[in-house]
Amino acid sequence: MKQAPVTTGYGAAIRDGFEYLLASHPSVFTIGQGLWSPWYVGNSMTDLDSQFGRERVIDTPVSELGCTGAALGAALCGYRPIVIHPRVDFMLLAVDQIVTQAAKWRSMFGGQVSAPITIRAIINRGGEQGAQHSQSLQSWFAHIPGLRVVMPSTPTDARDLLIASVLSDDPVLYLDDRWLYGLEEELPPIEERNLASEGPRLTRSGQDLTLVGCSYSAHLCREAAARLSANGIECDVIDIRVLNPLDATLMIKSVRKTGRVLAVDGDWRSCGMAAEVIASIVEAVDPRLMRASPRRVTLPDAPAPTSNPLERSYYPTVDYIVQRGLALVGAQQETFE
Amino acid sequence: MILIRVVEEKIGDMVSQGVVKCPCHLAIGQEAPAVGVAGFVRQGDRVFGAHRSHGHYLALGGSPHGLLAEVQGKDTGVSRGMGGSMHLIDIPNGLFGTVPIVGATIPIAVGAGLAAKMDGRGEMAVSFFGDGATEEGAFHESMNLAAVLKAPVLFVCENNFFSSHLHINLRQPDSSVCRYAEAHRVAWARADGNDLVAVRAVTKEAVDAIRAGEGPRFLELVTYRWRGHVGHREDEDVGVKRKDDLTRWKLRDPISRLAVALDKLGTLNRQQLKSYWTDAHAVVEEAWATATHDGYPPAKALLTRVYSGTMAQKR
Repeated sequence: MKQAPVTTGYGAAIRDGFEYLLASHPSVFTIGQGLWSPWYVGNSMTDLDSQFGRERVIDTPVSELGCTGAALGAALCGYRPIVIHPRVDFMLLAVDQIVTQAAKWRSMFGGQVSAPITIRAIINRGGEQGAQHSQSLQSWFAHIPGLRVVMPSTPTDARDLLIASVLSDDPVLYLDDRWLYGLEEELPPIEERNLASEGPRLTRSGQDLTLVGCSYSAHLCREAAARLSANGIECDVIDIRVLNPLDATLMIKSVRKTGRVLAVDGDWRSCGMAAEVIASIVEAVDPRLMRASPRRVTLPDAPAPTSNPLERSYYPTVDYIVQRGLALVGAQQETFE
Repeated sequence: MILIRVVEEKIGDMVSQGVVKCPCHLAIGQEAPAVGVAGFVRQGDRVFGAHRSHGHYLALGGSPHGLLAEVQGKDTGVSRGMGGSMHLIDIPNGLFGTVPIVGATIPIAVGAGLAAKMDGRGEMAVSFFGDGATEEGAFHESMNLAAVLKAPVLFVCENNFFSSHLHINLRQPDSSVCRYAEAHRVAWARADGNDLVAVRAVTKEAVDAIRAGEGPRFLELVTYRWRGHVGHREDEDVGVKRKDDLTRWKLRDPISRLAVALDKLGTLNRQQLKSYWTDAHAVVEEAWATATHDGYPPAKALLTRVYSGTMAQKR
């Protein structure tokens, strides 16, 4: 009798990553707000405190800055802490520790020491939560040298890139997304990977159009590519996975083949990740190879609304990406010549 | 204390001559807290400082050459020329890092204390900061966190009354900061920060308690900054009127007070004291001369020192 494959959801895959790390690396501990709460951080932390003890799964006073700094301090003393911010928005109180302390520590002390801290923050938007519960801000953090920025879009990556982040000797911002928690897949066995060797990945191959996205946007790109394929348009889909330092090699190679690129990002347009992707490509690709002007799909440059109809027009959808893709491929006259 | 004084006077001279250009915050006149606390730091402890930390670095045993090379941006400096005066590190001697963002290393020290607690070897973290840092949110989050986690952390506030140019009377409703420790239920002590013996007495009591597992302690060491916030000048840099105070505080010079007391006890005569100064000057001049001939970091250091690229070894 054939056994049904065991699938794991994105949130549960993150929990698998924590379980693996806590079980096999004594130097790993987690710290943050809500870690003993049965519901606060989805199913990604369930029962870890009872399994590994509240000395290693530490729920803290309200202190985003304090506990991020404390995690950094422990990291400087041989531990591999993961500080958890259940929402990106609250993590902003800790920006000094992330941007000005952790990211600079190695360089400003002459490369003599490492700061192996992982900062996990959850993107948790929509559902009429409004402007201060909806930010993702990956473009901000991807701007910072010294900080690795990781955004997994699949359950396997959610688990394996978490493990790679924690085992990396560099500070890592790991952003997971509540909108992906419903995704399920069959997970391969765990393999410890060097984060410095991880980067963008081609998740679908086609010759007409390159779709590039990270995190939930990469998921939207995959869905859109399937729909475009039904319309006879075949896409290369690139999941960025590691936003900083950004390796644009794969994107450049893809656009040399397809001549068209649509960069999708669930962050704001201005000075954003989509702009960086397009700039990295057009700097390297001969304009004569471009069959259409590069395009981007992003959030509009406005704080997230609360009202449901506005919210529906605020976030990029598969439909919209398909429309933009069709327009881009149909717009062959719109070349640079 | 004499070595710290001589090194800092040298740095001040070089700042005034325009040879040293990085922002240098001198602790001349407030050497006793650094020396008094460092005497109780042992192997395995982790000390963090702030922008005014030359004294902490030297008191812990850091070499004058490493500091004098660093303020010149040389590759032989303690931070390999990447840090300058404000970013000092000397892990072999227990100095885990100093940074100028006010209050920033206080939570980091709490994490280092938490790590020491998890290590279970009776080690502790020390956080040096000024009175200005007690106005930062980071300080209060850290005190609460350390108290709740019972982290072995010695919080040392060197209260020199000034944050940049602004006197504490213009910044806080009280010129002493112990009330914050009281609020966070962290046991505290206040001492004359220009009296090395007094500093040692309160530090010993606090460190013994911390090592016995009693959690964090807080010390307020009251002292005075002879020079301005940054650079070599005394107080003219930002127009602070404090001539009378400064004159009075110079009479409380921690070095002279100790020397006079030791002389009275018959354990240090003027001859010996003079030789300490002479020796310190010789050491500093030689270290300075060496550092001036050292090389700058190579251009590639800009990029090669940003990421490590390595990962933890499988256990």
